[in-house]
Amino acid sequence: MAILINKNTRVMTQGITGKTGKFHTRMCIDYANGKNCFVAGVNPRKPGEYFENIPIYSTVKEAKRATGATVSVIYVPPPFASAAIDEAVDAELDLVICITEGIPVHDMLRTRYKMQGHKTLLIGPNCPGIITPDEVKIGIMPGYIHKKGRVGVVSRSGTLTYEAVAQLMEQGYGQSTCIGIGGDPINGLKHLDVMKLFNDDNETDAVLMVGEIGGSDEEDCARWIKNNMKKPVVGFIAGVTAPQGKRMGHAGAIISGGKGTAQEKLSVMEECGIYVTRNPAEMGKLLKSVMQ
Amino acid sequence: MKIHEYQAKNLFRKFGVAVLDGVACFSVAEAVEAAKKLVGNTWVVKAQIHAGGRGKGGGVKVARSINEVKQYAGEILGMTLVTNQTDKQGQLVRRLLIEQGANIQKEFYVGMLVDRSSQRVCLMASSEGGMNIEEVAARAPEKIFKVFLDPIEGLTRQNIAGILRMINISQSDTSETYKLFQNLYKLFDSTDALLIEINPLILTTDNHVLALDAKISFDDNALFRHPDIEALRDFDEEDPMEVEASKHDLSYVPLDGNIGCLVNGAGLAMATMDIIKLYGGNPANFLDVGGGATTEKVTEAFKVMLCNKKLHAILVNIFGGIMKCDVIAEGVVAAARVVKLTLPLVVRLEGTNSELGKKILAESGLQIISARNMEVAAQYAVTAAASGGQ
Repeated sequence: MAILINKNTRVMTQGITGKTGKFHTRMCIDYANGKNCFVAGVNPRKPGEYFENIPIYSTVKEAKRATGATVSVIYVPPPFASAAIDEAVDAELDLVICITEGIPVHDMLRTRYKMQGHKTLLIGPNCPGIITPDEVKIGIMPGYIHKKGRVGVVSRSGTLTYEAVAQLMEQGYGQSTCIGIGGDPINGLKHLDVMKLFNDDNETDAVLMVGEIGGSDEEDCARWIKNNMKKPVVGFIAGVTAPQGKRMGHAGAIISGGKGTAQEKLSVMEECGIYVTRNPAEMGKLLKSVMQ
Repeated sequence: MKIHEYQAKNLFRKFGVAVLDGVACFSVAEAVEAAKKLVGNTWVVKAQIHAGGRGKGGGVKVARSINEVKQYAGEILGMTLVTNQTDKQGQLVRRLLIEQGANIQKEFYVGMLVDRSSQRVCLMASSEGGMNIEEVAARAPEKIFKVFLDPIEGLTRQNIAGILRMINISQSDTSETYKLFQNLYKLFDSTDALLIEINPLILTTDNHVLALDAKISFDDNALFRHPDIEALRDFDEEDPMEVEASKHDLSYVPLDGNIGCLVNGAGLAMATMDIIKLYGGNPANFLDVGGGATTEKVTEAFKVMLCNKKLHAILVNIFGGIMKCDVIAEGVVAAARVVKLTLPLVVRLEGTNSELGKKILAESGLQIISARNMEVAAQYAVTAAASGGQ
């Protein structure tokens, strides 16, 4: 049944009336079972209104009560986005996907702290979202490049994930679920959390893991894989050429104090039995060679 | 965003973190005047640049007379300071801090930062002050003590007591030291700081604790709620092309190579640099045009990239998702015309409307090398650059 979301998932959109929210909600409705999946919007100033036949409620709790939605996607602007996550967590949703880029780090520190002891999972912020191909897409990735299949994809990037998916498709591999966990330093699900879900998913045969410089999430994940993963994992890390101390676009993509280099990540991943390529054009080919 | 030491010390004063008296100066005459007004008979002349390692680079001097202040200020002001934290070209010194001398009994290191793996604020301290803390971390990690703070409770008396015990600072007046740490956390929390470093924090011979150095960097994403801090930004300390790029919402980092890269998305942009290197070339820059690039934005991106005279070739790598390839193609063609591009230009378009995009490039009449995937694109660009861009 893929992971986290499928065609029976019911989704509300926080920030449905903004420019980005409108655009992507339309795209999501048009993808696969989206029409049935996207059931509510939230905007405290516009309760009772509709967007594309989707009713708008003033709070997450009301939207949940009225529609049964258990998942939320957030397009709220950065100054208000962490409060939007807090609201979804308070309403005890199962999963929140925060697309918003540029949320202050201190806001996310407080939000992550408040999430302790709650059941809600968070994907992002500053991420493309999640898609279970041919069932439902929640986020901003182009839907048509995907196809249902048995390879799980987890990545910190946006377009590099699309590149990875396109390479899988060229080799004839569809995807069970693709998740972009986002490029911010303080975020929700990590590579490791997603890897555990793929390991337990009977519709996933292998995982493609795409990382980048900064932090130690990929290393943590690799060490867990070594002792626990039952399925082959293929990996790539972006940023071998990135200089130390320079932020490479994503707030989290920075090599500081000599830590978090691509080389270090790649070595740890190799030691832990992950099939690694240093060529971003060979992610798909490597996965194929591993599967045969 | 980084600020200068003297600006950081002004914030320390405002929040009640003890520092010495000092004055920021922009000329030798100002430095002499400042020294005359400061109490004491030794002064420290400190270069103000946004990089550490200033002492070793010759940017910090102790003066024992007003004449020496004059001499050192003259030497340091206008010098190009190369330290282990600047690039090879170094950084021009335009500002000085003239500060009272201090009688140091002991030096410590104190740092506060947002730790991503614990998702907490981390307070670090070490009795090995004054040193490069990264060296200490590598050589003797047991000498750096860390406490991870609860975001609701903040920095507690218990946290502080633990740290003080660890770095053996107990001989000082503790209430004064507690206040310093508490105020430091208040500053960190209320200004959306990402990093504060005091290296060294000193215990003076008369048992006072104060910050001899100060380094702060702030969260760019939170500057909207701190206009007073944003006003401290010194554009002279930043790469002019990075500044220019940021005005157009482009993320640009210059590198040493000769192949200019224009890519959408940070991850793909890094991967593009990596594959160029893998095929024997050298990327000239990181340039992410973001998810919603327009024709104008692509033109600006070209202009920024072309300010680098070392370029021998350009590689455009676009995976169109939300961003349509035909829009990018129009942007590329328009930019190539506007800037009268003569360098070899390799373009790889994939994703939404890629066929339409390729058609626009082919019919433009411009010399554009169209590549069907990332691998081929990188190979073309490396070959073109190797032949000197002809």
